[in-house]
Amino acid sequence: MTIANDLAADDAVVPAPAGEPREKKTGSALGRYLVIRALLIIPTVFILVTVVFILMRATGDPITAALGGRLPPDQLKQRIHLAGYDRPILVQYLEYLGNIVRGNFGTTISDHLPVTHVLATYGAATLELAIYALIVAFALGIPLGRIAAARRDRGADAGLRISAVLFYAAPVFFTGLLLKLIFGVWLGWFPTSGRASTRDLILMKTQGANTGIYLIDAISTGKWSVVLDVLSHAVLPAIALGLLTGGVFLRLVRTNMISTLGTGYVEAARSRGVAERRLVRTHAWRPALVPIITVIGLQIALLLGGAVLTETTFEWKGLGFQLVQYINARDFVAVQGMVALLAIIVALTNFIVDVIAALVDPRIRY
Amino acid sequence: MTADIESFTTPPSPEDLAADLTPDHGPRWHRLPIVKQLRTSVGLQRGMLITGLAITGMFIILAVFAPLIAPYSWAQLRDANGLFGSQQPPSSAHLLGTTVGGYDVLSRVIWGSRTALLAIVAALVLSLFLGVFLGLLSGYFGGWIDRTLVVVADAIYAFPSLLLAILAAIAISGGQSNLKSGVLAAAVSITVVFVPQYFRVIRSEVVRIKSEAFIESARVIGSSSARIMTRHVLRNSIRTLPLIMTLNCSEAILTLAGLGFLGFGIEPSSAAEWGYDLFKSIEDVTSGIWWTSVFPGLAIVLTVLGITLVGESLNDLADPRLRIRRAAGGKRSKQALDATNSVQTNQPEEAR
Repeated sequence: MTIANDLAADDAVVPAPAGEPREKKTGSALGRYLVIRALLIIPTVFILVTVVFILMRATGDPITAALGGRLPPDQLKQRIHLAGYDRPILVQYLEYLGNIVRGNFGTTISDHLPVTHVLATYGAATLELAIYALIVAFALGIPLGRIAAARRDRGADAGLRISAVLFYAAPVFFTGLLLKLIFGVWLGWFPTSGRASTRDLILMKTQGANTGIYLIDAISTGKWSVVLDVLSHAVLPAIALGLLTGGVFLRLVRTNMISTLGTGYVEAARSRGVAERRLVRTHAWRPALVPIITVIGLQIALLLGGAVLTETTFEWKGLGFQLVQYINARDFVAVQGMVALLAIIVALTNFIVDVIAALVDPRIRY
Repeated sequence: MTADIESFTTPPSPEDLAADLTPDHGPRWHRLPIVKQLRTSVGLQRGMLITGLAITGMFIILAVFAPLIAPYSWAQLRDANGLFGSQQPPSSAHLLGTTVGGYDVLSRVIWGSRTALLAIVAALVLSLFLGVFLGLLSGYFGGWIDRTLVVVADAIYAFPSLLLAILAAIAISGGQSNLKSGVLAAAVSITVVFVPQYFRVIRSEVVRIKSEAFIESARVIGSSSARIMTRHVLRNSIRTLPLIMTLNCSEAILTLAGLGFLGFGIEPSSAAEWGYDLFKSIEDVTSGIWWTSVFPGLAIVLTVLGITLVGESLNDLADPRLRIRRAAGGKRSKQALDATNSVQTNQPEEAR
């Protein structure tokens, strides 16, 4: 975001050509911002995949990591040669970049699947979890942040802020384990692992839409029991992951509302006799939401990291769960491909979020 | 968290600077970071700061004196009475029970604080040096170095930090680790994630300070770039560091635990690590064995909570919009507290 801002700011310094109508300049500001922002994706993605390559190849080749010690040295050497890992590192790097441009992120060593295929298979599960978690985060963070700001520095505020810090302080896998223990094992309200029970899984496979997003699949079977089963499996993971992001939202809404409540126009409304409750509800509320849109972009990175841990905790068979399987199998080609692909997805999502933020808030356009 | 970092980078208001410039009479140690805030804070913010400092202090004491406090060693499986046994519930011999591997939970929780502290210190030192150095260089000289570094830092900043940490852990130790390489892997992973943040904060401060009159004066009297950078720019640009350092500490603990939880843990025979213990307790939870997961987890939560509370209060105290001021004439009157529009009464004077 800052790069875009810096560059846009630099451009803004250049004086407009004389004689050009003023309206035209302001009209194209958004377009120019969008173009600069879109072009910036290229260096970002390039840097990210380069970082991934450097880190992954810093210590050696993936074949030795995966099979070293299990194969005799001469066979190992042959495998390395076949895979092309004995060529100069620069050649390998250029080949890696070329493959990425063509959408080829490599083939896993352990089960010989293209990484893009792995992503397509498990991506839906992670997407579903992330959406549930975001719903929980919005539903908790935004209203509670508003309450904390309205009752600033009093009991409710202190309590809410401490719980926000607690949500942040608790690692998402510990929150998950606690939820599992209390609501899954002791109270028995929700299932503790998986995305659906076996019987309903088969029902969805045979009669459902098979989109991979289980809620849609379950609805398409037309059986309420299946929908309920899918939802009840999602409750605990969604809360565990949602609390993490919800805590961030709470703090953000609170800080933003407190500063908007002190701005001139709120002060003006206050002096006109607008009730304090109405000030909070309408005047300070909407501008305080704008920074949240910009921060969601960064939250997506946090959410993805959290998803890896949450999925491992709840055996939610998504990208994160699969990533850990590959890590444990020492299949670093798979890890490299998945991380590179995820980094690109994050860069693209950040772009979309920045575009939305620019559309919502004219100040971002310059 | 990210929001806070954004707010550090915004240039401080003139009032904030004025507050920093006002001479603080009294002994020199009153002006040390935390001590100064402890003396100037009031009310809720002071409570948060003190609670945070107390928890953090306890964590450091546990880490330093672990050999004296812990009843057993982290990898001890037996004592004079024979094997401890696996998954034993809490008892007088094992106050917090034993793990599935037959270790004493209490001892591993205490020894784990030492591993966490080591990771924090290593991560802090590494990212502080690198981040400050690069930020100073980039902000002071500008030009293409600056542009390149900013683009790289922004790209890495948007990267999911845990994924980056996983890659760094693979790069350093290939995934298997003992105490030294495990802590180092965690520290380097955290460094990779945090250097861009230090870099951004320091760079934006340096860019601001560079245009001040006193830098120009120094240049006019013929000071070298190196001297201006270290003596004039650096000294003035590190004000915001204590805040971001506390964030870094808690992030370090969470990353270390996260890596441990994903199987990059330090082997239980080399050192105790909370994340690894939680990883091993996933199965226990399903069968209702609670003590193996709850205690290491609580240790993480408390430590991060303590450090975050310190950071939160420092952040609030540094931001004039959020700082609670000591009202003129001592305590705030009860009437003002009870008034439904306390925001209204405090806000204008603080935000102006």
